Amino acid sequence: MGKPVIATASLAGCFGCHMSILDIDERILRLVELVEFNKSPIDDIKRFTKPADIGLIEGGCSNSENVAVLRDFRKNCRVLVSLGECAVMGGLPALRNSIPLKECLEEAYLNSPTVDPGERVIPNDEDLPVILDKVYPCHEVVKIDCFLPGCPPSADLIWEALTAIIEGRPLNLAYDLIKFD
Amino acid sequence: MSEIRFTIDGRPCVARAGQTIVEAAKANGVWIPVLCHYEGLKPVGSCRICTVRVAGRYMAACTQPVTEGMAVENTAPDLEDMRKSLIEMLFVEGNHFCPSCEKSGNCELQALAYRYRMMVPRFPYLWPGRALDARAPRLMLERNRCIQCLRCVRGIRAKDGRKVFAAVERGPRVTIEIDQRLAAGLSDAEARRAMDICPVGAILRKETGFAVPIGKRKYDGAPIGSDVEKGAGR
Ligand code: SF4
Repeated sequence: MGKPVIATASLAGCFGCHMSILDIDERILRLVELVEFNKSPIDDIKRFTKPADIGLIEGGCSNSENVAVLRDFRKNCRVLVSLGECAVMGGLPALRNSIPLKECLEEAYLNSPTVDPGERVIPNDEDLPVILDKVYPCHEVVKIDCFLPGCPPSADLIWEALTAIIEGRPLNLAYDLIKFD
Repeated sequence: MSEIRFTIDGRPCVARAGQTIVEAAKANGVWIPVLCHYEGLKPVGSCRICTVRVAGRYMAACTQPVTEGMAVENTAPDLEDMRKSLIEMLFVEGNHFCPSCEKSGNCELQALAYRYRMMVPRFPYLWPGRALDARAPRLMLERNRCIQCLRCVRGIRAKDGRKVFAAVERGPRVTIEIDQRLAAGLSDAEARRAMDICPVGAILRKETGFAVPIGKRKYDGAPIGSDVEKGAGR
């Protein structure tokens, strides 16, 4: 049997969770021995070339492209993990969720003091992903198997979760591993 | 005064007449989670986090007095899961963005979620739209985080005894309002007390925030309730 395969994606997130993956310090050398990375911004593999054992999702779903990527991950990953507050509950992008989308777009593209008066237009090019009415946590779009909260989740929590999933054991969640900030 | 003998999860405990289950448990080094209850205020039993089971019946331990021979169930798995589900409901019912909240690390709702290992709420998010009120000179009311515990309503009064906070409407529409005139007269110490009495980050003092670094905040190191379990509350 080959090494377990990991894939990662950043949807409506800030890449902080991916930085936290790298924050596992020298354990990254062990991780490289332990697993093989497939589709991920870390190695810039754009498409799945084989099914993955673990998919790590950073960020919630804010637009149609996020949904498509998330569904692709669900199809290709055995265990799908919501990594960080944005994937788990929408995070700061979801601050817009109690404001109508039209108001948000008008504020950002028409009325904001930094908009060039000659450029007051809400982007609607057909090549742009369609923005959703709300930012959705990943588990409200596809089935998620494991949740790692935190903004970002600590490197220790990520390490614990990855090794637990690889070894097929339950997560050992010490008190200070669970943080929402 | 005669002692009352009772048990919590089979463990023999003693109480004084008139003590509530929460108080008596604490005196015996047993923690029962509370949220709408605040020491020194008259308990109202509205949040139900403290629900225990006695003779098959569910009751709010913060309002229920202990009686002789009572056998209290506190940590049965189904009770603990029900409490966890209440915490989860509070998270989806409001807009709780912990990463950007000044109360994070000192928040009782968050601390309960940590203690109960809430990795994600089991209910869909509701994303209510609630208005923020920042008119008072020293205070801000961020209703998106309010859990309607009414601790501020019960605990914060002006010098003449009038209530500074009030609950308007009922049920899912209940909203906290501030008496602006009374709030304008609050001293800095009273504003601090209002922020402390609020279990979440709904009442905030202005012009200060994030004063305590991460790692040194109230619930960074030890779970909520561990002081009671160590017997420090005696
Ligand atoms: S503002 Fe705070 S103290 Fe007042 S009801 Fe809301 S959560 Fe409770």
